[in-house]
Parts: sequence; C-alpha cells; structure tokens
Amino acid sequence: MKYQVQENCLTIFLPEDVDHHNAEEIRREADRLIDREHIRYVIFDFADTGFMDSSGIGVIMGRYRKVYMMGGEVCAVHASERMKKILTMSGVMKIMQIYEEDK
Amino acid sequence: MEHVGDVTNEMELTFDSHSSNEAFARVTVAAFMTQLNPTVEEVADVKTAVSEAVTNAIIHGYENRRRKVHIRAWTEGKSLYLEVSDEGVGIPDIRKAMEPLFTTRPELERSGMGFSFMEAFMDELEVESEPGRGTTVRMRKEVGRGRDLWTTQSL
Repeated sequence: MKYQVQENCLTIFLPEDVDHHNAEEIRREADRLIDREHIRYVIFDFADTGFMDSSGIGVIMGRYRKVYMMGGEVCAVHASERMKKILTMSGVMKIMQIYEEDK
Repeated sequence: MEHVGDVTNEMELTFDSHSSNEAFARVTVAAFMTQLNPTVEEVADVKTAVSEAVTNAIIHGYENRRRKVHIRAWTEGKSLYLEVSDEGVGIPDIRKAMEPLFTTRPELERSGMGFSFMEAFMDELEVESEPGRGTTVRMRKEVGRGRDLWTTQSL
C-alpha cells in the first residue's frame, strides 16, 4: 500500500482489491498517519482499484468520521465506472466528492 | 462460443475461513460463470456478492475462528445459482440482519451493507440460518441479459 502526505492531506493509493482482507491494513496504516501527521483531508486514489466491496465502504466511512470531527473531508479520485457504481449505491457520495481529474 | 443451454453444470468449493481466501472464492466463482458468456458488469456483480457472503461467514459466522466455508455454484439455463454456507453461530434475526446499515460489529467498521449489496447485484437472495448451526445464503442471477439487449438492438 502506498501513501503520500502533503501538509494536512493524506492520499491513500488503494490496492487492486479493496475487500475485508486488506481493509484492515488500510485502516490501521491510515489512522496511524492521520493521528501522527494531523491529517484533515483524505484522498482515496482508485487508479489501481478494480474491485471493492462493502468493506471498502466501511473504510471510507470510518476515515470520514475521524477527520470530520476535526473539520476535515474525504474525497475520491481516479474512480472507474464500476467504482463509481459501488460508491453511489452505498450512499457514501453524500459525504464524499468524486473528482474526475487530478486533485 | 456455444451456449450451455439447459445443461446444468455444478461445482463445489470448500476453504478455510481465512480472509485471504475471499479473493480466491470470488475469482473462482467468476471463472466458473464464464461458461454463461457474461458481461464484464455481470462478472463484477457476482464477484461483489460472493465477497460479501464469504466475508459475512468469516467475520460473523465464525467470528474469525478457523473453520470451513462452502460454496456451491451451478448453472441452469442462463442462470447462475450460488450457495454460500457456514456452520457458524447463525443469525438470530435475519430480517434485522438484512436491514441496510444494520451491523452487529460497528467496532470493526462494518458498513452494514453486505446484504444490501448482495440484493442489489443479484436477482434473488434468500437467507437461511439457525443459531448455533450456521447460515446458508442462496443467490441467483440471470446472466447474459445485458449482452442480449446489446446484440439484438438495431442501431
């Protein structure tokens, strides 16, 4: 998993599959960085992601709750049509913007 | 490619309830369903549904103890049938468990959308469970519908 921190913004480059198996690691690693680097904005980069189930939705909602309390936001970039469908169906778009081109 | 027609083909799969097998399970079912000549979208739908059912068995059925998860898949005409079962703790209130956003494990950040996703991505969903005995999720999806629409439509 790759991460990038720029000031108070964390970009999470999500893996090919976002399922229960690797949701744990994303969550752990992201939370460690959010706390340590005082992150307010989390960008989920779906460029490499072809599969996501409801475990991924849990990861997004959890990180949203975490940064929202500090006035932050979460957003998504490079989401494929399939990812947009999953995100839309889950209702997570109510709390998260999807940006089409680069952040 | 020749159509399978009404011939029924069946497969069974049993694996340890370890989270690394979630990918194995959905990829195997995806490979099995290719005989129905599915669209990319349909394969993705089935993979999501399988992933949800298997994850439920691992987290909720077995509460992360190492046991066996079973998948039975078969084709009938243009339909893919799936049965995902465990011999875990079972679900005391199925109706409640199937409510969107309901989760018994908020501390694990479960979104509570597992059954909603299965319902949305498959054509039929049925859950049978007995506390202490285990849970079986049955699903059906008609495959190739999208492709027919696409190929028979006049431009």
